[in-house]
Amino acid sequence: MRWLKNRDTLYGFLVILPSLVLLGIFVYVFIFQTFYTSLTDWGRDPAQALALDPQLRFIGLDNYRELFTGFVDVRFRQTLVNAFFFTIFFILGSLLVGLGLAMVLDRSPRGEGFFRTIFLFPMSLSFIVTGTIWRWMLQPEGGVNRLPTLVGLPEGEFAWLTSREQIWQVSWNDLPFITALVVGAILIFIAIAAFRGSENRRAWIATGSAALLLLWAFTLGRNLQPLPYDEMHGFNLAFIGIILAAIWQMSGYTMALYLAGLRGIPEELREAARVDGASDWQLYRRVILPLLAPITLSAMIILGHISLKIFDLIFAMAGADNAPTDVPALLMFITTFRANQFAEGAAIGTILLLLVAIVIVPYLYSQLKSEVRR
Amino acid sequence: MMGRIFQYTVLFTATLFFLLPVYLVVVTALKEPAAITLDTTWQLPQVWYWASFVEAWTAFLPKMQNSFFLTIIATLLSAILGSLNGYVLAKWKFPGANIVFPLMLFGMFIPYQAVLIPLFQFVREIGLGGSLWGLILVHVVYGLPITTLIFRNYYAEIPDEMIEAGRIDGAGFFGIYSRIVFPLSVPGFVVVIIWQFTQIWNEFLFAVTLVSSPDQQPVTVALAQLAGGEAVQWNLPMAGALLAALPTLLVYILLGRYFIRGLLAGSVKG
Repeated sequence: MRWLKNRDTLYGFLVILPSLVLLGIFVYVFIFQTFYTSLTDWGRDPAQALALDPQLRFIGLDNYRELFTGFVDVRFRQTLVNAFFFTIFFILGSLLVGLGLAMVLDRSPRGEGFFRTIFLFPMSLSFIVTGTIWRWMLQPEGGVNRLPTLVGLPEGEFAWLTSREQIWQVSWNDLPFITALVVGAILIFIAIAAFRGSENRRAWIATGSAALLLLWAFTLGRNLQPLPYDEMHGFNLAFIGIILAAIWQMSGYTMALYLAGLRGIPEELREAARVDGASDWQLYRRVILPLLAPITLSAMIILGHISLKIFDLIFAMAGADNAPTDVPALLMFITTFRANQFAEGAAIGTILLLLVAIVIVPYLYSQLKSEVRR
Repeated sequence: MMGRIFQYTVLFTATLFFLLPVYLVVVTALKEPAAITLDTTWQLPQVWYWASFVEAWTAFLPKMQNSFFLTIIATLLSAILGSLNGYVLAKWKFPGANIVFPLMLFGMFIPYQAVLIPLFQFVREIGLGGSLWGLILVHVVYGLPITTLIFRNYYAEIPDEMIEAGRIDGAGFFGIYSRIVFPLSVPGFVVVIIWQFTQIWNEFLFAVTLVSSPDQQPVTVALAQLAGGEAVQWNLPMAGALLAALPTLLVYILLGRYFIRGLLAGSVKG
C-alpha cells in the first residue's frame, strides 16, 4: 500500500514536471539572462546591436550607474517618479471608489445586481480598449472638457494628456535623503504598531532598522550627490487622465474584494454593535473597517504591482513616445525594441522586477505561511 | 430617508461615471466621419451611420480570427495543464512541493519586461518567431501559475476520504483523476477558462513584441495601431474598440459570477 502511494506520488511529480521545467526556463532562466544582459554593453555599438551573434563586453553595473546618474538618462529617472505618483493616486482612488461602492451595495439597494454588473464591467475590457476610449474622452477641446457646457457651465480648460505641466518638483539629489526619511517613518510606524500588539521581536527589528536608516540619512545620505547639478523631477499633470482611466477600469475589482469581505462579516457582529448603541458611522469606523484591513492590504499589493507594470493603457492613451506620460515598463520596451539598446533595456527590466519583487515576495510569503498554519 | 437619498445619489453618480465612456463610444461609432467634431462630441448622431461598423468589421475580422485561434488554444492547454498540476499539488504532494508552489506563483506577478529579451530570442530560436504558435506557447506557460493556483484551491475542497475511497477501489493516480476528480471539475474549468480567455484576448505586450507580420496580429495590436496615428478618424477606432471588446464583454455579461470568482482567486488565497 505504501509502495502504491509512492508510485502514485511519483506519477504526480512526473505530471507536473513539464510545467515546472517550462516555468523554470521562462521565469528564472530568463530573469537570469536578462540580468546578465544588463551587465554587458549590448547595443552601445550600433554595428553589433542587431548582429546575429553579437560580440558583448562585460561592463559590470555600468548600465545601472548610467540610468541613475548619467547625463542622458534623465528620462528614466522621470519614469521612476512618474511610476511613484501614478501608483499612489491609482491605489488611493481605486480603494476609495471601490470601498464606497461596496458599502453602498452592501446595504442591498434595489437593482443591486444591475449596479454591480455596471461597476465591474470595465474589468473585462482590454487596457487597449479602455485606453482608446479614454483618449477620445480626454481630447482637450472635446470629451470631458465639454461636459460642463451640457449644463450651461463654461468649458473645461485642462489639457489632459497633452499637458506639459509639472508640480511638486524635487531635485534628484535630494531623493535618497527623502526616501530614507519616508521609509524610516514607515518603519517607526510599524514598530509602534508592533509594540502595541506586544510583538517585541518585530518591534525591535523595525526600531533598529529605522534608527540605522535615519542615521545614514542624516550623515551620509544628506551629502550624497548622484548628479553634479540639480535635476528637477515632479508629478506630471498629464498623468491625471491616465489615473482616471485606470481607476475607471480597476475600481470594480476593489469593490468586488470589499463586497466579498463585507458579506463575510457576520450579521450578529453588526447587531451586537447596534445593541451597544453604536451609530452607523461608529459601526463602520470601529467594527467594519478594521475587519476589512487585511483586504485593503491585499488590494494595495495587487493594485501596486499592476501599477508598477502598467504598459498597455499608456501605450493606447498617450502613445509610446509621449515623454511626460512615460513609465519604466514603456521605456524598457522603447529602449529595447525601438532603439536596440538591449543591455540598457535589460537593466530597466531588472529594476522593474526588483520593484515588483519588493511588493510581491513578502506578500506571497505571508499568504502561503498563514495557509500552512491553517 | 436621507440615507436612502444619499445611497441612490452615489449609485447614480457612479453609474454615470462608468457608463459615460460607453455612451461616447457608441455615439461616435455611429456618426458620419464628417459629423464628428469636438464641440458636438456628446450629441446624438443626426444621421445613424452604420458604415463604420462594416468597415471596422472588414478590417478586424482577420485579426479577430487570429485572436480567437490564439485565445482558444492557449486557454484550453493552460486549463488542462493547470487542472493536472492543481490535482498533484492538492492531493499528491511530493517532497518539496511547498517550496515549488510559491516559486511557480511568483511567475504570475513578474513584470514581463524582465524576461522579454531572452523570451524574444528563445521564441525565434525554436523557429516560432513572429508566428501565433510562439504567442500560444508563451501564453500557456505564463498562464500556468494562475490556472494551477485556481485548480489547487478548488481541489483542496474535495475531501481526502473520496481519494482514499478511490484508492481502496484499486484506482491509482490517473484513475482517481479521471473517475473522481475530473468529473467534479466543471465549475473549476468554467472559472479558469473564462479567466484565461479574458486575459489572453486582452493581452498586448507579448502580442506586440512577438508577432511581427500584420496578418498574424491579434485584435489588440490592430486596435492600438488603428487608434494610434496622429490624425485619427474617431468613428473607426470607436467601432473597432467595440468589436474588440465584444467577446470578453459577452462572456462577462453571461457568466459574470464565474468571472468574479476568477478575479478574486487572483489575490492568491481565493
